[in-house]
Formats: sequence, C-alpha cells, structure tokens
Amino acid sequence: MNQWAFVAAAYAVALGGTVALAAASWWAMRRGEK
Amino acid sequence: MPSLHALANPARFLRVARPLTPWLTGLGAVLIALGCWAGLVRTPPDYLQGETVRILYVHVPAAWLGMAGWSSVAGASLAYLVWRHPLAQVAARAAAVPGAVFAAVCLVTGSIWGRPTWGTWWQWDGRLTSMLLLFFVYLGYLSLARADAERGGDGRVPAVYGVAGTVLLPVIRYSVVWWNTLHQGPSIGLTRSSIDPAILWPLPIMLTGFTCVFAGVVLMRMRALLAVARAEARMRRMARI
Repeated sequence: MNQWAFVAAAYAVALGGTVALAAASWWAMRRGEK
Repeated sequence: MPSLHALANPARFLRVARPLTPWLTGLGAVLIALGCWAGLVRTPPDYLQGETVRILYVHVPAAWLGMAGWSSVAGASLAYLVWRHPLAQVAARAAAVPGAVFAAVCLVTGSIWGRPTWGTWWQWDGRLTSMLLLFFVYLGYLSLARADAERGGDGRVPAVYGVAGTVLLPVIRYSVVWWNTLHQGPSIGLTRSSIDPAILWPLPIMLTGFTCVFAGVVLMRMRALLAVARAEARMRRMARI
C-alpha cells in the first residue's frame, strides 16, 4: 500500500475544497458589489 | 462588547471588512503553503503510522473549523435573537457554508486516513457519526435559512435552530471519552499534547492559516449577503415610486 497516495488524496481534498470555497465566495462578493 | 456593537452598523462593518478581507485570505494562503511544506517535507514519518501521519495537518484544522463554524453560527444566532441586529443574522448565514465545507473535508480526509491506518474507510463510532450529524445539521440550517429568506421571514426560526444545534458540539468533543471509539482519544490539549513535538510543530501553522482563510471567506460571504440585501432594498424603494 503506497501511503503517499493517501496523503496526496487528503491534501488534494483539503486544499481543493478550500480554494474552491474561497473562489466561489470571492466571485459571489464581486458579483454582489458590482 | 461596545466595539462589537459599533461594528454591528453595516456601513462601519464594511469599512473594516473591505481592507481586512484580502489581508486575512492572503495571510492564510501563505501560512497554509508554509505549513504544507513543513508537514510534507520537514517532519519525519511516524514510527507506527508512517507517512499517513501527515494527513493530520489538514484533518485537524478541518475538524476545528467544522466545529468553530457551528460555534460562530450559534453565537451570531444568539446575538440576533437577543439584539435583533440583522448583521448578526448575516454573520450566521455567512459562517454556515464554510463550516459545512470544512466538516465535509474533515469527514473525507478522516476516511482517507482511516483506510491505511484502521483498514476501513468508515466506522459507525461515536466521533465519526457525531461529526457526520454535524454536517447534516449544517445542511438543515442552510436549507432553513434559504427558505426563510425566500419567504420573507424575520430569521428567527433559523436562529433558534442555530442555537439549538450547539448541543452537538460537546457530543463531538467528548465522544472519544464517553464511548469506546475506533477514533483515538484526545491527543492535543491547550497546554500539552501526546504527539511528539518533532511531528506537532507544523500543526499550529496550519491551524492559523486555515482559520485566517475561514475568516476571510466569512467576510466575503457577509459582504455578498449585504450587497444582495442593499440591492433588494433599492428595488423595493424603486417599486414604491
């Protein structure tokens, strides 16, 4: 079992989720304040 | 408390929130990048868990923010019920989405960690199940808040729900003490930890980084909700003319 594959998957979920959340919130804010 | 009441004025809040939003988000991004480098490159593997111990640097902040997010929803809901200030209602709604996202990230990263460590993706034990319940409580709050806003409600029902959902937080916190769970017991306290300092040190960096991003996201969502409320008020005024 390659342990690094699990580490990479967990970081992808956490960082991907955070970036997607920040991007969606920033876009909603920009659209609202335009 | 007087300073909090001063910030409850939307115009004053926006004067503070506008410069703070990019600074908090940017600082959070830098700290997360630093924490990833430290956690993936600079720390040794654990003698039992091996490399998978590095998942703790993203799993623990997600768990913390999943619970802190609900504490924010509950605190703002209580403030709305007591002082009836609409900004508190906006803050509660703004904290719910990032809280739900981090609760989901906590569940998924925990599952990914569980497979090589416990040999299973999921177990219906106290900690995992109570965290899953919190995620569903978030979904319930978001649906309720949206329905209330669409029907022109005064926000009291979602606020009561927000306060009532707080009963789940001590259950999550003490689930590993009350029940014999597969999830390990409390290993990080305010003053001491059972984790070796050689492995522990990137965790405060990641916790601070993710918390800054969370705060930045809440400010962004509050600004978006306030902008929508202002636009709706303008439309109502124009309809009257």
